Amino acid sequence: MKSVLFLSLALAAGGVLASGDRERELVRLVRQDCGSCHGMLLTGGLGQPLTPEALRDKPAENLVATVLYGRPGTAMPPWKSILTERDAQWIVERLLSGFPKEGG
Amino acid sequence: MRWIAVLFGVLLAGCSAQAPLGLRGTGDLGIVIERASGRVAIVDTSARSVLARVEGLGDLSHASAVFSRDGRYAYVFGRDGGLTKVDLLLARIDRRVIQAGNSIGGAISQDGRLVVAQNYEPGGIKAFDAATLELAADVPAAYGDAGKRSKVVGLADLPGNRFAYALFDAGEIRVTDLSDPARPKTATYPAGTQPYDGLVTPDGRHFLAGLFGEDGVAMLDTWQPELGARKILADYGRGQEKLPVFKMPHLRGWAVAGRKAYLPAIGRHEVLVADTADWRLTRRIPVKGQPVFVMARPDGRQVWVNFAFPDNGWVQVIDTQTGEVVQTLQPGRAVLHMEFTPRGEAVWISARDDNAVVIYDTTSFARVATLPADSPSGIFFTTRAARTGF
Ligand code: HEC
Repeated sequence: MKSVLFLSLALAAGGVLASGDRERELVRLVRQDCGSCHGMLLTGGLGQPLTPEALRDKPAENLVATVLYGRPGTAMPPWKSILTERDAQWIVERLLSGFPKEGG
Repeated sequence: MRWIAVLFGVLLAGCSAQAPLGLRGTGDLGIVIERASGRVAIVDTSARSVLARVEGLGDLSHASAVFSRDGRYAYVFGRDGGLTKVDLLLARIDRRVIQAGNSIGGAISQDGRLVVAQNYEPGGIKAFDAATLELAADVPAAYGDAGKRSKVVGLADLPGNRFAYALFDAGEIRVTDLSDPARPKTATYPAGTQPYDGLVTPDGRHFLAGLFGEDGVAMLDTWQPELGARKILADYGRGQEKLPVFKMPHLRGWAVAGRKAYLPAIGRHEVLVADTADWRLTRRIPVKGQPVFVMARPDGRQVWVNFAFPDNGWVQVIDTQTGEVVQTLQPGRAVLHMEFTPRGEAVWISARDDNAVVIYDTTSFARVATLPADSPSGIFFTTRAARTGF
């Protein structure tokens, strides 16, 4: 049931899907490695919070661009050597709808 | 009357039976942060074992700890602003307060009476009575005319119950004198763009703040503060394009060995070496990735380095006599922290994604033990209690 909901959410959000293993890797990467600046709970650190409330009014494509290309002059690095565009879209959609917990 | 005494004795015996660690010293104890589960493991560096676990410490991403000077209590600073005083001997939380919305670490005063937290949100430092955790002083990191508050980084204790720290957003070093906590006195020194962390030299004299927004390190000689902060190791990149920085380096802990200071280069696969007599760059040591922690073994003969994602499976060891890398180790996946035993015969390394703490002999580089831990991050031993800057 949960995975069906998840799937339909992902589809509704633009049809971006990642395979199960890659999803798990991305969840871990976001929680742990993005978490080193944004907090493991994504409630903010050196980088601002990445919670749905904090990102609500920000266009998804801008956020995807931020993830891939970083923000020059700030500590936000470009992730394009690590993440594909699909990965970045998947991450941003999950951030906007409430990021999954690890192992959850 | 007699039965009361007996009852009391039984109660006392009951209490001490609850002390899982019994009657013992704490000089070889420490804690390992298990960050995903909000708990700490109490460890014994002689027996190389986990003695107990203490739960309920909140969000421990980016957690760090300092120790009371009797080595009995660990003060753990959590990301969520939690400040928890853990009793190592009774293996339980002694006290806990939520002191801010978003916190990044802390320090303890020279006399051991004040525990000071550095906060991102609301930006500033707060001092607490080390015994009760009652608020003793609140010093906002306000800057500019609009009363904005900066994130605080690099907090370090200085002699005289003073604390040095840097303001990430304001580009300043500040020194706050808390010798009378009711009347904090703060001095401000312009430092450079985006200081990301700081350290104090083992003698408590020089405060260094690494800069993210420009090449170089801001250095304040706290014996001659009137000279202000000056830029050292400026232009170490010589105009080269920086690599993306996936993790901020840490300057916590001593990276001073003999006359030399060893510092991470930002956005480069290099450790920078400066002579502490004149703070000139004397060497750049090529390493495996972007350094995060650059830590001297207590005797200063070796410097151990771990790296940012995606090179975080490696650890390298620099021989300080030759200035060369002499060992390259693979302790496990996602190495986050390293801590030396009090006199440095062993080093404990956390490998987060292997759920393990790996212990190496620092002479033979043999792996001597592996302890299971749940997403371990910081490792902190009680020897820190007696050291300036820890
Ligand atoms: C080295 C620190 C660091 C790391 C690691 C990091 N970020 Fe950031 N991030 C920042 C900073 C700082 C900002 C704020 C930039 C600014 O001031 O505009 C930011 C901004 C962002 C924003 C824009 C938020 C907004 O409200 O506009 C997004 C989205 C984001 N980061 C996602 C990520 C993701 C996803 C990862 C991991 C793949 C990540 N970040 C890793 C430091 C970091």
